[in-house]
Amino acid sequence: MRAARPEALGAAARADLARLRARYPAQFRTDWAGRLRRLATLALLAGLAGFGIWQFDVSPARILHGLGRLGSFAVLMLPPSPEGHLWIFLHALAETLGIAFLGTLTAAVLAFPVAFLAARNVVPNPFAHFAVRRGLDVMRSVDVLIWALIWINVVGLGPFAGALAIACSDLGAFGKLFSEAIETCDRRPGEGVVASGGSALHRIRFGLIPGVLPVLASQVLYFFESNTRSATIIGIVGAGGIGQYLTELIRVLELKQVAFLVLMILVTVAAIDWISTRLRRAIIGPAAR
Amino acid sequence: MARPTDPALRGPTPLPPERAAALSGLYAAATGRARRRTLAGFAALAALALLAAFAAEVRPLVFLENIGKFTAYLEQIWPPVGLEHPLADLRAWYWGLPGWLGLLGETILMAYLGTLLGAVAGFAFSFVAAANLVRSPALRFLAKRFLEVCRTIPDVVFALLFVIAFGLGPMVGVLAIAIHTTGALGKLFAEVVENIDMRPVDGLSASGASWVETVRFAVLPQVLANFASYALLRFEINVRGAAVLGFVGAGGIGQEFLAAIRSFYYGDVGAILVMIILTVIGIDLATEQVRHRLAGPEHDR
Repeated sequence: MRAARPEALGAAARADLARLRARYPAQFRTDWAGRLRRLATLALLAGLAGFGIWQFDVSPARILHGLGRLGSFAVLMLPPSPEGHLWIFLHALAETLGIAFLGTLTAAVLAFPVAFLAARNVVPNPFAHFAVRRGLDVMRSVDVLIWALIWINVVGLGPFAGALAIACSDLGAFGKLFSEAIETCDRRPGEGVVASGGSALHRIRFGLIPGVLPVLASQVLYFFESNTRSATIIGIVGAGGIGQYLTELIRVLELKQVAFLVLMILVTVAAIDWISTRLRRAIIGPAAR
Repeated sequence: MARPTDPALRGPTPLPPERAAALSGLYAAATGRARRRTLAGFAALAALALLAAFAAEVRPLVFLENIGKFTAYLEQIWPPVGLEHPLADLRAWYWGLPGWLGLLGETILMAYLGTLLGAVAGFAFSFVAAANLVRSPALRFLAKRFLEVCRTIPDVVFALLFVIAFGLGPMVGVLAIAIHTTGALGKLFAEVVENIDMRPVDGLSASGASWVETVRFAVLPQVLANFASYALLRFEINVRGAAVLGFVGAGGIGQEFLAAIRSFYYGDVGAILVMIILTVIGIDLATEQVRHRLAGPEHDR
C-alpha cells in the first residue's frame, strides 16, 4: 500500500470529525475539572504578574525610553577596546580566576568531611544530621556578595575576601549536594566491606568514597565554572577581581572598555566550560552521556 | 550451593609461596601505579592552588590575626534579645519591620516577575535551540549562543547598565533577572526537549499536524512538569539574587541592607539578614514540596 501524504491524512480526519467523535467518545470528552484547574493556576500566575507590573510602575513609555538609551549605549560600545588598559584587565582576570579556583577548592575540601556528617547512611543520629543540614542551609541562603561584605570587615578589601566569600557560600551548596550523593550511593560495596570484617571507617574509605568521588569531582568542576561567573561581580563591593573595573567603567560610561571586559569574561567562561566538560567526561567515563 | 563440611576447607587455604609472591608483586605494581597517578594529580592541584593563592593575594597571617574580628562581627549582629524581656527586645530589634517587610515583598515580587518573564522567553527559545525539533543548524547555533551570552553575563552587570538607562527602581531588577533567567532556563529547557520520547512527535507529524500542533500535543505534555520544576528551582535562586540587586540601586531590600552594613548599624544588619535567610529557606522548602509533587507521577510510572 502506498503511504498517503500526512497533510492529506490530517485533512481526511478533519472531514470525518463527526464520525470519529461518535466512535471514540472517551478521547473527545472534555476534562472540565482539569481545564478549570489549569485556568485557575494560569489566572493566579498572571494576576500576580499584573500586580507586580502595576506595583513597579512598568509602562511602555518608560520601557521605550530606556530601550532608546540602551540602543545608544550599544553604539557607544563599538568597537570594544581596552584603550591601553589591557595589562590591568588581564591582571584583574587572573585575580578573578584565582578567587574562583581557591574559593571552590576550599569549599570542596571543607565540605567533604561535613557532608559525611550530614548523610543519613553514615551518621544515623537524626539530630546530628538535622543540625548540620540546617547550618548548611543558612550558609547557602546568604548570597556571595553579602559574604564578601562580611569578610571585607575581617581581612580588608581585596581578592582574599572574595575567595573567602565564595568558599563560604559554596560550603553550604557542596555540603548539601555531597551528602545527597553519599546518600544515594550504592550500599552493597559498604556491606561487603563490613561483612569481610572492616570497621566503620573502612566502610567509608573503601565502600563509599570510591563510589562517590567521581560524582563529587564532577559537581566541583561544574561549580568552578559557575563561580567564575560569580567572581566577576564580587568586585562590585570591593572584594577584588574584574568586577571593580566593570562597575567603575559602567558608572563613567566608558562603554568600549566595558564591552571589552564583557568579551573577556565570555571567552574565559567558555574556555573553562570546555575544559571542565572534558575533565568531567574523563572522570565519569564515556558511559554517562 | 554445597558447603564444605571438612573443617580444613573452612578457613582460607594458603596459596603456594611462589604463586603468592607473584600475586602480591602484581598487586603492589597495580596499586603503586594508581597511587602514583593520584599523587601526581594532587601535586598538580596543589601547584594550581598556590598559583591561585598568589593571584588572589591570600595572606594567611592577616587571616589568622583577624579571625577574631569575624567572630566579633557575628557577635555584634547576633540578635540582641535577652531572656528578661524577650518580646520587648524583639520589638526593639525589629523597629523597622513594616518598612523591611514591604521591601522584602518587593524583592520576592521582583524575583517572581523576573523568573516568569525569563521562563516564558526561555520556553520560546528552548524549542528553537533543541536539536531534535529544528532542522536548521544556523538557527540553532544562533539561539544557543544567544542563551549563552544571557547566562554568562551576571544579572548584577545587566542591572548596572539598566539603572543608567531606565533609572533607579525595581523594574530594572526585574529586567536584569529576566534576561539572566532566559539564558539559564533556556539551556535547561532545551536539554529537556532534546531528551523527550520522539514517538509521539513522529505520530503527530505522520498524521499531518503542523509544527506548532506537534509541539503543543506531542512535546508539551512530556516536558511541562520538568519545565515547572526547573523554573521553581530558578525562582529560589533568583530570590537570593534579588536580595543583593539593591546594592546597585535596582530595588528590593538590598539597598537598605547595604546602607546598614556601611554605616555599622549592627542590629539592623542582623535583623535584615535573619529575614533574608528565613525567606530563602522558606521558599526553598516550599518549592521543594511542589517539585516533589510535580515529579510524583513520573516516578510512579
